[in-house]
Amino acid sequence: MKEVMSDHNSSSEHISSIGSSVAIWLALLIGTALTVGAAYVDLGPFNVVVALAIASIKATLVVLFFMHVKYTHEKLTKLVIATAIFFFLILLSLSMADYATRMWT
Amino acid sequence: MPNSPVATANHEVHDNPALLHHFATEQQQKNAASLGMWIFLATEIMFFGGMFCAYLVYRYKYFGDFGSASQQLSITLGAINTTVLICSSLTVVCGVRAAQLGKRTQVVFWLLATIVLGLVFLGIKADEYAEKFEKHHVPGASFHYHELLPGQEKLAPADRQYANSHHAEMYFSLYFVMTGMHALHMIVGVGIFSVVTFLAWRGKFTPGYYTPVEIVGLYWHFVDIVWIYLFPLLYLIDRHR
Repeated sequence: MKEVMSDHNSSSEHISSIGSSVAIWLALLIGTALTVGAAYVDLGPFNVVVALAIASIKATLVVLFFMHVKYTHEKLTKLVIATAIFFFLILLSLSMADYATRMWT
Repeated sequence: MPNSPVATANHEVHDNPALLHHFATEQQQKNAASLGMWIFLATEIMFFGGMFCAYLVYRYKYFGDFGSASQQLSITLGAINTTVLICSSLTVVCGVRAAQLGKRTQVVFWLLATIVLGLVFLGIKADEYAEKFEKHHVPGASFHYHELLPGQEKLAPADRQYANSHHAEMYFSLYFVMTGMHALHMIVGVGIFSVVTFLAWRGKFTPGYYTPVEIVGLYWHFVDIVWIYLFPLLYLIDRHR
């Protein structure tokens, strides 16, 4: 019985602590405030870059900590996520490479 | 008899009624469910990705008009809704944690809190939509747009330039499609959360089986991430002018 219990515990999922979850939550709120603040500063073409960078940091925090990807032992899950992001970036970069260069002569 | 320690020790863990016969262990069953959900979320990334791509192309072409139309939205309401969604992600995390620890009433409490926050988000969104209808900013036959380009109010009245209303209409089309699909996902999420909350209240989940709580949590976090990108892209174009 004891052996079964310990075996079960070693294979069970990560249980996130209240403290670390609240820390991530605070980081997400600070990120939101930073995005709003940065929108009122004139950064030229970098306004959108900063906005997307902050959004991507927030999304990464959610995926890693709230969606438990940082603690998963399942490599297939990570492969699926990496594949989805890779094809999404192909969609964006090749479409914009087309539209952004149509005026070139 | 199936629950006796002897039976558990001699055979594989077969005392869990939630363990389907084609899985060897609870962990394998859980991993399969989780992987399936991630593959679904990958298709969702491509689904929303098409809309984000269309948005980027038109924003690039009609940047000034998009800035003008974007400034018709309320940053306050958008920021409040972002905060509401981030808080709802925290309540989901607390709910999954309570399920892992087998605390039934806490699971029900956190899932209900998530549903309430989801409804608050949808309520604020409905209020924003109503304002768009009142101002005739909904694309279609009654669409009307006569607003300045960003930064033009600093100029003398005769020099001021107005945004192209067709380009602004394109912004509002994308605004309604993207936030509308997001809101639809929220409504579906609230529905699934209601079912999972009912199951949790009936005591269907144990520390050995709480897969539905975790899976619906993944879905909710994904919808939160979509909004994390929608908020700066739709509400915060060219605000510094």
